[in-house]
Amino acid sequence: MDHPIKRDHSRFRKIVKGKVRENLRKYVSQGQQIIPKGTDKFTVPMPSIDIPRFRFGDQSQGGAGQGQGEQGDPVAGEPGENGEPGQGEAGEGEGNKELEVEMNIDELAKILGDELELPNIEPKGKSQIASTVDKYTSIGTVGPDSLKHLKRTYKQALKRQMSMGIYDPSNPKVVPIRHDYRYRSADTKIEMENSAVVIYMMDVSGSMGEEQKEIVRTESFWINLWLKSQYKNIEVRYIIHDATAKEVDEDVFFKTRESGGTLISSAFKLCKHIIETDYNPDEWNIYPFHFSDGDNWSADDTKLCLSLMDDYLLPNSNMFCYGQVESRYGSGQFYKDLSAKYGTESDSVILSKIKDKDAILDSIKDFLGKGK
Amino acid sequence: MLRTKIISGKLLELQREIQGYADEFGLDYFPQVFEVCDYDTINILAAQGGFPIRYPHWKFGMDYDQLSKGYRFGIQKIYEMVINTNPCYAYLLEVNNWLDQKLVMAHVYGHNDFFKNNMWFGNTNRNMMDVMANHGTKIRRYMEKYGHDRVELFIDKVLSLENLIDVNNLFETNEVIQSRREKEKQASIEAENDGYVMDDRSQALKSFMNTKKKDNDAPVEQSTGPEPMMAEQNTAKGEKDILKFLIENAPLEEWEADIIGCLREEAYYFLPQRMTKIMNEGWASYWHSSILTQRALDPNEFIDFADKHAGVMVMSKQNINPYKVGIELMRDIEYRWNTGRFGKDYNECPSMHDKENWNTNLGLGREKIFEVRKSHNDITFLEEFLTPEFCNRQQIFTYKYNPRSARMEIDTRDFEAIKQKLLTQLTNFGSPLIQVEDSNYKNRKELLLKHVHGGVDLDMQFADATMRNLYAIWKRPVNLATTYEDKEVVFNFNGNELKAL
Repeated sequence: MDHPIKRDHSRFRKIVKGKVRENLRKYVSQGQQIIPKGTDKFTVPMPSIDIPRFRFGDQSQGGAGQGQGEQGDPVAGEPGENGEPGQGEAGEGEGNKELEVEMNIDELAKILGDELELPNIEPKGKSQIASTVDKYTSIGTVGPDSLKHLKRTYKQALKRQMSMGIYDPSNPKVVPIRHDYRYRSADTKIEMENSAVVIYMMDVSGSMGEEQKEIVRTESFWINLWLKSQYKNIEVRYIIHDATAKEVDEDVFFKTRESGGTLISSAFKLCKHIIETDYNPDEWNIYPFHFSDGDNWSADDTKLCLSLMDDYLLPNSNMFCYGQVESRYGSGQFYKDLSAKYGTESDSVILSKIKDKDAILDSIKDFLGKGK
Repeated sequence: MLRTKIISGKLLELQREIQGYADEFGLDYFPQVFEVCDYDTINILAAQGGFPIRYPHWKFGMDYDQLSKGYRFGIQKIYEMVINTNPCYAYLLEVNNWLDQKLVMAHVYGHNDFFKNNMWFGNTNRNMMDVMANHGTKIRRYMEKYGHDRVELFIDKVLSLENLIDVNNLFETNEVIQSRREKEKQASIEAENDGYVMDDRSQALKSFMNTKKKDNDAPVEQSTGPEPMMAEQNTAKGEKDILKFLIENAPLEEWEADIIGCLREEAYYFLPQRMTKIMNEGWASYWHSSILTQRALDPNEFIDFADKHAGVMVMSKQNINPYKVGIELMRDIEYRWNTGRFGKDYNECPSMHDKENWNTNLGLGREKIFEVRKSHNDITFLEEFLTPEFCNRQQIFTYKYNPRSARMEIDTRDFEAIKQKLLTQLTNFGSPLIQVEDSNYKNRKELLLKHVHGGVDLDMQFADATMRNLYAIWKRPVNLATTYEDKEVVFNFNGNELKAL
């Protein structure tokens, strides 16, 4: 039987996720997302619930520390961070709430997968992309000393001595000659791999502000991270659009700010064009992501978008994801149109509303939780 | 469920060896039991405050979540857990290397000696393992009877008031506790039989008649009126043990009062550890360092030990590392009492040179620190032994928030300021001092609490939530008198919202 604390643990996880005890969720400390800091450093905040108590307001309180520095020098971090090192001892103590961790992308993806309980993706179709891999599985007669295979060399020398009749069982000495040496050698194999392409489309019309783009940027970071852990070979393409669409690189994608109207169909057309020219849907797993604040120019254009999706995008992609970032100016109409047509539980069209930064993780789970 | 096992073989030999050194140095400890376990088990134990069985609650799950993630991400690792019981139980991580085990064992003997001898621990229950398990069983039963959610909800509310206890109660002798228990029992019986409505009325009447003489009345009332409820009402003013106050005065069901009683007992049990963090860790570190460097280390282990020890002693700019300050202050006291650097002659010596080279070869250092570990807590420890030279040597500073740069900045290295800051932080074990002011406020059976303001305002968001919880237990409006942003103010929570009156 499991230790009873596992029950306490799952109870806590449920509370954090808001499944039970709604009244407690407001005490769950904010900012549950893992925040990238630099290239390989991340802050991993632990979800925790503060039991309300009478306590001092801490901003004015300050504290005492040890170390060098002049008056006015900043004291990095917040008090209470970095708990004491070394031995723990019975009793009360504040746990570490935010931890800075250095880790590589794979570990991070694993944590993300664990935290969000993401299923592994089952790639569609057959693996089509050939790549060559060298594996040291065979034996050769030439090679560098470092790859010398001693056992096989010995065997060869023994065989030779026996067939030549110079092996003496009472004095079992086996001396290999040049000819007996055997080396590990590489076989070149062709491996078929799964490949995926992610096509991000974003509305950059006037109504998408900095905050909205920041959300899209963070979200796409995590989506890329997860898909990279699932596919060996992944390509990412970026499309921005207002009334017209164009393909851009990553940098431009996140920085551009245009004004003007919005024709979502322009992006869908370009997306179709990219798939047609570069990615054979039989070979590639295709993930189109579209982010906007939900405004489209006209109902006619929305109609055009839907028919583009039905005729081309949906049959050829693993799933089509639409993330609607809430903005003060956006009407959110496009989400309504899509959900009216496909419903919110569709397997091929995934819809998600992203209210603010804290909703990013939930939205990633919406997108990637299907395992497709 | 047994996930720990008693040490045997080489570890047991090691324990005998370390215990020999502990005896040699004159440590006085409870019988020591070491058990080994894996990291998951030690995380569980740590999450449950060191005890194998606690009552069901998500907060243990939360601590476990953080500890096991910390371990998995390679951020933190617990080497050892020791609890204040007799015999004293300590848990070792089975994957610790040999040197770690040595260090941990020596460290544990330090804690054990401290638990046994420090007077603040004098009245703690050394059979706490059983008591905790009993609380677990009781609360589990209540959950079966009244529903998991209902009981958990109530526990949440009580935990929110857990720090409203009175440090002076640590010195209640057994007799005092006994008589209090009887009182509580009687009170709860009476509350059951008569209901609090009856009491409510008499209280209302009484205060109507005696509004002005209320305080003078108290002793008379106590001697003549045998009813503890009546007496309590009048003596409640100044009560800091708010949990006890609630048990005796709030309209509670029996199981609710019982749960508050359990949680209160546990809070008092942990209280001395919160009051002696610096001393306790300092003392244990002093002994692991002394025992290892002077006796137990093999020559080839010195470098590794130095590395480990330095890791534990690392200084932080954000807060005081109790291990570091504790061990250094212990050593400083030992040095001062060895050389006679204390008292009138030394303090008033006009010559810097003489002071610098002062040595009366007094040799009382060891004796002094044994005495200190017996009779002090963190506050008195720092109050009496912190010196400007020490703060300077330890590079201690205070910092505060600078609103202009929106960051924490080093404020000063002035001795008095540092001492003030440290003592303020430790006062009332770091919790705001809250006491009952009036249990029949405005003659409306409202509760008035008073925050004894020591210079730092309360976090009002938290106070709001806490008062909601208190309201749920008291079942009448709750008021809090405090000083907020330099104004004296009474906050009132009437069941809907928190308002300043």
